[in-house]
Amino acid sequence: MGYTLDFSVVWHAMPALLWGCVGTLSLALAGMTLAMIIGVAGVAARDSKAAWLRALVIGFVEIVRNTPFLVQIFFLFFALPLIGLKLNPTATAIIALGVNGGAYAIEIIRGGVQSIHKGQVEAGYALGLHKGQVFRFIVLKPALRAIYPSLTGQFIMLTLTSSICSAVSAYELTSVAQRIESDTFRSFEVYFSVTFLYLAISWMLMLGFALVSHRFFSYPTR
Amino acid sequence: MTPHFGLPEFGFLLRGLQWTVLLTLVAFAGGCTAGLAVALLRTCGHRSVEWITRIYIGIFQGTPLLLQLFVVYYGLALTGLKLDAFVAVAIGFTVNASAFLGEIWRGAIQAVPRGQTEAAMALGLHYSSRMRDIVLPQAIRISLPATIGYLVQLIKGTSLAAIVGFIELARAGQIVSNQTFQPLLVFGVVGAMYFILCWPLSWWGSRMEARLAMAGQR
Repeated sequence: MGYTLDFSVVWHAMPALLWGCVGTLSLALAGMTLAMIIGVAGVAARDSKAAWLRALVIGFVEIVRNTPFLVQIFFLFFALPLIGLKLNPTATAIIALGVNGGAYAIEIIRGGVQSIHKGQVEAGYALGLHKGQVFRFIVLKPALRAIYPSLTGQFIMLTLTSSICSAVSAYELTSVAQRIESDTFRSFEVYFSVTFLYLAISWMLMLGFALVSHRFFSYPTR
Repeated sequence: MTPHFGLPEFGFLLRGLQWTVLLTLVAFAGGCTAGLAVALLRTCGHRSVEWITRIYIGIFQGTPLLLQLFVVYYGLALTGLKLDAFVAVAIGFTVNASAFLGEIWRGAIQAVPRGQTEAAMALGLHYSSRMRDIVLPQAIRISLPATIGYLVQLIKGTSLAAIVGFIELARAGQIVSNQTFQPLLVFGVVGAMYFILCWPLSWWGSRMEARLAMAGQR
């Protein structure tokens, strides 16, 4: 017996799948926000005077970057309740994404801060800019421009990684797809279509980020 | 009575680790072969071929590895071939590796100074000898840190085979965790095993990257 592909189940489930896309984007956005907070705090701690704090940050970054996200989310899933955080799967997923993305954000932000030459700041003061202006025009904007491509790339990576959060049944696109699959047994059709929904999401994000970059960061460097 | 995490459980995790390593090696070997073809097609000079490979790479970079695995796994099942779960996931990871390694090596091939190709052409070398003897040896050197970086990604990525039910390290961890009710200990050990596998590679990769960057400054 040959198998006949039937994509009508996907078409019927489209509203649920589109809500799943919204879930995925919200999950990624919340995770990225947490990752940025961890990133900034981590960079400050990474260059602090306390040696144990520096070692802690380095250890954190190495552990997160050298273990799979799936194992991290399972570990947190069981560890968070022990420290009194009884959270639903989606909140657990946000924390896992934030912790994972945070380790990468630390490296990215650190690179951006180091890309600002000290002489630039001194030149700014010499030109009579006050402290706020120096921070805004000489430190913040060029640093943001320097890390923008890696940071937005990281956001897209995090969006794709969030599919793994279906393993703890957080609300996002892949878990919606799994539910539809178990209702209809049309595994290939469902996952094939959902793959292209992810592709649409990441291409839209790429386009959006490129437009923002064109609007804000397209000034000559020298 | 529930068993505690002891030597038999640890042994079970080690057997999972073996499958993780084997899966990584098979996918990496397959991915290197197919990835070289992708990289060569991507830089072959024919517009349409370059575009097709570009879209191929773009699809793998723009979709989650987990979904790629699902599509290959259930897609292969539809063909009626009765494939072993290991073969099915290995094919999935190989296809993914071909796209990522193809893109890494595309960049490396293009990073080899154009004068090298021109000099080879002036000497009358044809395409295969130009690539094999002049461009690729230099490209491999340039691409090594990124290639090692991808290898680490691949080791971590093979954990997703657990979700389609193949028993490698992460799945073995889940099973032991369900048996012993000691999830923190079990996943801690599993994480440590992945770390021991990945960290030396990461370290080697970043050291080589620093060395290449210094060589570039000279």
